[in-house]
Amino acid sequence: MPALGGIALHFDPEHPHLPEAPLGVAETLVRDCLGAVPSRAGRGRMLEVPVCYEPEFALDIIEIAEQSGIEPEDIARRHAANEHYVLMVGFSPGQPYLGGLDPKLAVPRRPNPRTRVPAGSVAIANAQTAVYPYEIAGGWSVIGRTPLALFDPARDPPSFFAPGDRVRFVAISRAEYARLK
Amino acid sequence: MSLRILRPGLLTTIQDRGRRGLQHLGVVPAGAMDPVALALANALVGNRDGEAALEATLIGPEIVFEEDVLVALCGAQFDARVEGTALPLDRPIFLKAGRALALRRAIRGVRAYLAVAGGIAVPPVLGSRSTYLPARFGGLEGRALRKDDVLPLDPNVAGLSSMRYEKLSGRGVVRAGLGTVRWSAPALTLPDREPILVHVIEGRHYTEFDADSKRRFLDAVWQISPDSNRMGYRLAGAALARPQGGEILSEPTCLGTVQVPANGAPIVLMADHQTTGGYPKIAEVAGADVPRLAQLGPGGTLRFARCSLETALELRRALNARLASALRAIAWEHGQ
Repeated sequence: MPALGGIALHFDPEHPHLPEAPLGVAETLVRDCLGAVPSRAGRGRMLEVPVCYEPEFALDIIEIAEQSGIEPEDIARRHAANEHYVLMVGFSPGQPYLGGLDPKLAVPRRPNPRTRVPAGSVAIANAQTAVYPYEIAGGWSVIGRTPLALFDPARDPPSFFAPGDRVRFVAISRAEYARLK
Repeated sequence: MSLRILRPGLLTTIQDRGRRGLQHLGVVPAGAMDPVALALANALVGNRDGEAALEATLIGPEIVFEEDVLVALCGAQFDARVEGTALPLDRPIFLKAGRALALRRAIRGVRAYLAVAGGIAVPPVLGSRSTYLPARFGGLEGRALRKDDVLPLDPNVAGLSSMRYEKLSGRGVVRAGLGTVRWSAPALTLPDREPILVHVIEGRHYTEFDADSKRRFLDAVWQISPDSNRMGYRLAGAALARPQGGEILSEPTCLGTVQVPANGAPIVLMADHQTTGGYPKIAEVAGADVPRLAQLGPGGTLRFARCSLETALELRRALNARLASALRAIAWEHGQ
C-alpha cells in the first residue's frame, strides 16, 4: 500500500511460508521495486475535473478565507488555475491526493474531523487537494464539489484517477453541476 | 433458496472476511468486525471460513427462511427466539422452513454473526461479499438490510442443511422443536468486565506526544463515543497533545491504528478503516484485541496497556491457537 508518508506491507505474521526475517526481505524487495520505477512526472494522462465552487458546496471556504486572507471567489479561481497531479489514491475507494495546490491556499487539516463529508467534495489541506468519492468521515476543508463518479467497482479500472495523472479543475455553474450529476 | 427480513434490526449487514489486496486503490478491507465469531459461526454450520454471514448490531433482525436450514449464531450474546423459544447460542441449529428467528437485544457484546449452511449467496464485488456502506457496494446493494429484503442462499441449502445436520445429530437432540446438539463452541471474543484491557504497541508518532499525554493515554478510562461506527471508534476521556509535531504527510493506516486529530481525542480504526490518513498515530492495537474491542458499543469503556511487538504477536498466536482448536473440535463433530 503506497502512500505519501510511507509504504505499508500488510501480511499475516503466522503465514506458514513466511521467510525467517520477513521485514528484512520486504525492505529489500521494496527498495528494488522503487529503484526500477521510472519517473512519471509530467507524463501522465491529462484529466479535466468539473467542480462547482458555489457556497452550498464550498462548506469551509469562509473559514479558509479568514485563515488565508484570500477572498472566497479568489480561492476558487486560484484552485482552478493550477495544474494538479495525482500523488496517490487512498483513504476511500478511488480517492485521489493531488499535489500542485497554490501555496497561498495551504491550511492545516481540521482539528475536529467531520463525521460526514458529502460525496464529490473537493477539499484541501496543507499543500494538497483531495476529492472524496463517497460520503465519509474526513478532516480536510471543503471548497467545492464535482458531479463525477470517481469509483465504480464494475468498471475496469474501477478508479477514475491513477497516480501520475495530471488534473485541471474546471469551475462549473450550479446548472452544469445539476446537468452532469 | 432464500431468507426474508421481517424486521431489519439496528444495523444488519452481510459480511465475510473482507477485501484484500486492493488498498492501493483506496478500497478498504471491510469484513466482519469480529472475524473470530464469524469463523466460529461458519464452522458450526459446516461452511468454510470465508462464507458471508449476517452481522447484527445491538438490536438484531427477525428473519424467516423459505426452506429447512442449518444456522448458527456466534459473537455477542443476543436474546434470540424462535417463535417464543430461546435460541441456544454458539451451536448448530436445525430450523424447519417457515419458522421465524428473532434476534432481539444484545445482552453482552454488541455484534453477532448468523451463519447459514452454504453462506449468503449475494454476488461478490471486488472479491468479497462484505457490505461497505460508505461506497454502497458489496452485500445487498451495498446497504444495511431493510424490511422485506430477500437474500439468496445456496441453491441446495435444504439438502446441505439436512445432510450436515444428520451427521451432527448422531450426537444431537431436539429441544422445543429446534434441532440442536449437546455441546457449544466457546465464545472467544465476548468483552470482560469493563473497562476492558486493550493491548497497544507504540505508534509511529508516540514519542512526539508530551509526557502528560502519554501518561493520560495509558491511565485514562476511555469511553466509546456515540458517533463511532464500523470505520472508527472515537474515544472520550482525556485530551492528548503533540506540541512539537506539525502536519504530517498521509501515511498508510491499519486495522487498530489509534489516530489523534488536533482536538486531542483518539480514534481507533476498525474494519471499515480508511487505507491512509494524516493524523498522528499514538498507538496500534494488538490484532488479538481488535475482535474483543469490536464487541464494545457506544458507551463501552476500555483502558490501554502498552506492550511490545513480541507480546502482541504472542497474544495473536494464543488467540489463533484457541480458535484453531475450537474449529478442529467443530470439524470433528461434522465428521470432517
